[in-house]
Amino acid sequence: MGSIVLEKVKKSFGDVTVIPPLDLQIDDGEFVVFVGPSGCGKSTLLRLIAGLEDVSGGTIRIDGRDATEIPPARRGLAMVFQSYALYPHMSVRKNIAFPLRMAKLDQAEIDRRVGAAADILNLTAYLDRRPGQLSGGQRQRVAIGRAIVREPAAFLFDEPLSNLDAALRVGMRLEISELHKRLATTMIYVTHDQVEAMTMADKIVVLQAGVIEQVGSPLELYQRPRNVFVAGFIGSPRMNLIEGAEARKHDAAAIGIRPEHLEISQTEGLWKGTVGVSEHLGSDTFFHVQTNASAQPLTARASGELALGYGSEVYLTPRPEHLHRFDENGLRIA
Amino acid sequence: MATQHSRSAARLMMAPAVILLLGWMLVPLTMTLYFSFKKYLPMRGDSLERGLDWVGFENYSRFLNSSSFWPSVQATLLIVGGVLVITVVLGVLLAILLDQPIWGQGIVRILIIAPFFVMPTVSALVWKNMFMDPVNGMFAHLWRFFGAEPVSWLSDASVQSIIMIVSWQWLPFATLILLTAIQSLDSEQIEAAEMDGASVLSRFFYIVLPHLSRAITIVILIQTIFLLSIFAEIFVTTGGAFGTRTLTYLIFQRVVDSQNIGLGSAGGVYAIILANIVAIFLMRIVGKNLDR
Repeated sequence: MGSIVLEKVKKSFGDVTVIPPLDLQIDDGEFVVFVGPSGCGKSTLLRLIAGLEDVSGGTIRIDGRDATEIPPARRGLAMVFQSYALYPHMSVRKNIAFPLRMAKLDQAEIDRRVGAAADILNLTAYLDRRPGQLSGGQRQRVAIGRAIVREPAAFLFDEPLSNLDAALRVGMRLEISELHKRLATTMIYVTHDQVEAMTMADKIVVLQAGVIEQVGSPLELYQRPRNVFVAGFIGSPRMNLIEGAEARKHDAAAIGIRPEHLEISQTEGLWKGTVGVSEHLGSDTFFHVQTNASAQPLTARASGELALGYGSEVYLTPRPEHLHRFDENGLRIA
Repeated sequence: MATQHSRSAARLMMAPAVILLLGWMLVPLTMTLYFSFKKYLPMRGDSLERGLDWVGFENYSRFLNSSSFWPSVQATLLIVGGVLVITVVLGVLLAILLDQPIWGQGIVRILIIAPFFVMPTVSALVWKNMFMDPVNGMFAHLWRFFGAEPVSWLSDASVQSIIMIVSWQWLPFATLILLTAIQSLDSEQIEAAEMDGASVLSRFFYIVLPHLSRAITIVILIQTIFLLSIFAEIFVTTGGAFGTRTLTYLIFQRVVDSQNIGLGSAGGVYAIILANIVAIFLMRIVGKNLDR
């Protein structure tokens, strides 16, 4: 129903190539997240799939049908924009009904579908308000409602939560995941926030400069990053990357160790260091420790109970089974 | 309290400006009202030193009952309405056109504004002599080229000609305001409508036009104020003949041609009333748009 296949899809604006030829397979019902730093081409990729930008080469297949030349409205995809793009002069009801009116459905069917969408999204009480009278979260839901009523083959989300405050973002994240489980429709979600990617995705696509760095499930990416970029991008706080002599001991150009895989001890250990800033989150505490192993301070996670003063001496020991090794090209050594 | 003090101080300091503006407006208005109740014919020896005769509402009834009053109101509304329709419709279309990315956009935009800088008298003369002249005008040549009989614009289609000249002057103003409005339209809204399956026309009527409604309101309000008092265009082209005598022009004729200041002042008061009626109507119709 909603499989999307990209074959050698390419995009360039004039002489600037934003996306070099790229292949990607998105299966029906999957929740796929495109993640990457700003300017990595993830939004452009989404707009190519939507049809809002024309591809410079390659083919896009939706449900096995070549959709490369099909105009956006007839691709059967619905999009939720970063700014929500609600029509300010129309009531919530009219906003949600707009795609149906454009499709010239009869009024009874429009009312039924709008009612059903409002029900799912808890918008029934607000149907006669204008977008200007709604809060950020409610506007977001109206934008999703406008997408739902079309019963699309796939939903496209373009950084939909970036305009919401932190608390609301967590709530909407859950709601969107919930919606995906309920509708079981393909969703493609673009974000620069790796927490959103990790929590929501079935499959994460990590992009950098228009190139797919790795595709996989959140845990796959977390446990076995394919290269240094993915290792540093996925996970919060970032993975500690150590180059130089320590890395050479492991026959690698760089080694990586996640903060939770560093043992902290006040008496003995592999690397000796001094504690810098410590970040107390309650459940956990992150210590930034300056060691002799690398020029950069290492981040280590400890339980919230451990209290170490600024400047106190500690020893860090990486757990060898969780050590990631990378060669001089930044690729993972298995 | 301090706020009370500062508030009265603020009033005191604003007073000179308010009084000046109020005086600027009230003195001519009061004089007009005063003259409108007097017999004041300077050529017949009436003057302020010798005192003017009180004639009550005679000037008002004479102005109203003159055979040229209602035609002049009609001509005024026709010209104002015609120019508004043309400038708003063409203004919207031009604004959309200019919003497209084109080569030399900046220069084209400046050229579009150019007619607004031409003085009304000059532009009317240019139109009269270079375009609409039935013998040497551009239109006459064009008509003859296609084998048609040249139209003597200013006598046979006089009101239309005036509307055309004034529209040409005011189109840049409308275009400019509508262009800035159109540029503030969120491009994601258009894209969303595109994804929602709206055709180009639907996008225009459902998204672009509602977005422009406020700017259109402003264009209509401002233009109406200025269009009710157009004078130079009529003065240099038809001189008020062939059904182009607007209320403003009629007042001018009463005061200057007939040297009847009392009668002209009464006409002026009628013009104020007409302008207010039009303003109230416009505010009612379009004011709803401004509330949002």
